[in-house]
Amino acid sequence: MNALFEYLIRLGDDSLIIGHRLSEWCGHGPVLEEDIAMTNLSLDFIGQTASLLKYAGEVEGKGRTEDDLAYLRCDREYKNILLVEQPNGDFGMTMMRQFLFDAYRKLLFERLVNAKDETIAAIAEKSLKETKYHFKHSSEWIIRLGDGTEESNRRVQDSLDTLWRYTSELFYTDAVDAELIAAGTIPSMEGLEEDWEKSVGEVLSEATLTIPTNNWKQEGGRKGMHSEHLGYILAELQYMQRAYPGLEW
Amino acid sequence: MTELNISILEQKFQEKIDNDIKIEPRDWMPDNYRQTLIRQISQHAHSEVVGMLPEGNWITRAPNLRRKAVLLAKVQDEAGHGLYLYSATETLGADREQTIDDLHSGVAKYSSIFNYPTVSWADMGAIGWLVDGAAIMNQVPLCRCSYGPYARAMVRVCKEESFHQRQGFEIMTTLAKGSPEQKEMAQDALNRFWWPSLMMFGPNDAESKHTEQSMKWKIKRHTNDELRQMFVDATVPQAELIGLTIPDKDLKWNEETGHYEFGAIDWAEFWEVVKGNGPCNKDRIDTRRRAKEKGAWVREAANAYAEKRRKRKAS
Repeated sequence: MNALFEYLIRLGDDSLIIGHRLSEWCGHGPVLEEDIAMTNLSLDFIGQTASLLKYAGEVEGKGRTEDDLAYLRCDREYKNILLVEQPNGDFGMTMMRQFLFDAYRKLLFERLVNAKDETIAAIAEKSLKETKYHFKHSSEWIIRLGDGTEESNRRVQDSLDTLWRYTSELFYTDAVDAELIAAGTIPSMEGLEEDWEKSVGEVLSEATLTIPTNNWKQEGGRKGMHSEHLGYILAELQYMQRAYPGLEW
Repeated sequence: MTELNISILEQKFQEKIDNDIKIEPRDWMPDNYRQTLIRQISQHAHSEVVGMLPEGNWITRAPNLRRKAVLLAKVQDEAGHGLYLYSATETLGADREQTIDDLHSGVAKYSSIFNYPTVSWADMGAIGWLVDGAAIMNQVPLCRCSYGPYARAMVRVCKEESFHQRQGFEIMTTLAKGSPEQKEMAQDALNRFWWPSLMMFGPNDAESKHTEQSMKWKIKRHTNDELRQMFVDATVPQAELIGLTIPDKDLKWNEETGHYEFGAIDWAEFWEVVKGNGPCNKDRIDTRRRAKEKGAWVREAANAYAEKRRKRKAS
């Protein structure tokens, strides 16, 4: 297995799938300002997807483009974490999913800007600018909803309880990461999880939300073992490419 | 205020308009002028917001990453236009929430074109090319509208609409040059969107109840029929260029007038859709109403949190 290809696919698929989920909100947001914000977020993620998967295709060297990779793989070949494929639920669920993910992404890109691999460093630098804004946006909503009304507190607490089981996978590592770190392609990720816990903990505390004590963790996405939700996402995402193979659009 | 005073104010108001001096929010204006603008600008805002739905319908199914990104950017622009235009109605004293409730209750209208379904990817091309193309014809003259905030908003809106029109035409061009099934898809979209696009300019001049007053106030600069003719004249050669056929057997070039002549518009269909009987009227309004209802707890929470913060700061 090509470790760098695999690593890029993992990051690219996270962006692709969460971007897809956010785009499902289009026209259905709770206020017009959030319709604008969520399409903007989605747009950022689709941009990141294109950069990451384009580079993955180059690294692989089999002539696959970013579109081939985004649209023409089978379910088990997608390597996004389970968190990003979870359904949107209500606005609070979407913001909680976004918040847990943004906190991780921000810390990840802060490390990856120092990658020796120049392409990864460049993608991380551009993405970090976007991610800082994403994290600010989702954190503010978590605080607003957590410390808003009784109903909003209950709703986002439920969302946190539901999504917490998918957070350990944010820090999943295996031989892919080890090889790239050993080769110096990407920097060490030491302290990533601790920094995330601190950053997430601060916001949740201000939001008067309680971190769930149930520590059952659900993983699988990084190895291509997904929830039932991914199949439906791919059915929509790939519809045109599967129905009309090999055409230019 | 006496009738004499009002008549002097009205006279001065009309003089300003005649001299192309912009009317600003704090200026005196006749009540009808204010109401006409609120109606027109809020209809325009609603059209932008409802218009997100038929295009949003294809974002998750866009055929490649580039098309997906462009479509997202376009729909985001439309939401931005909506926000911009709702703000313009607020400068006239309208309440944004009330305006939106009027849309949901069916009191306020929006462009009927968005009551047609988007059933294929080619519809993203047809909407950009034809619907945004028609919108530009309507909106460019509005950059010179007598009401300052509306005119200024339209300058930015038109720049973005012009990009939308080009990306739509580019989608159609790609399809028209593509495989036989892609070309068929493009032709089918043109067949379905052509006549509703011509209807976007509104009833014939003789039937248009607002045109005369709006032109006197320089809210409108051209009549519906003039704008419709400009659109046909601009669009027919574009269709020819990419090898698509306008679905109108009566369409022909008139050497003498220098314009295209086109067939009769089905006004019965137009009025049915305006009344609410188009293919998607109910879906569109139900969707918008549902979004508002489902978001109520979010807005309440945001208000409650803002209030808490205000109190904490004060204490």
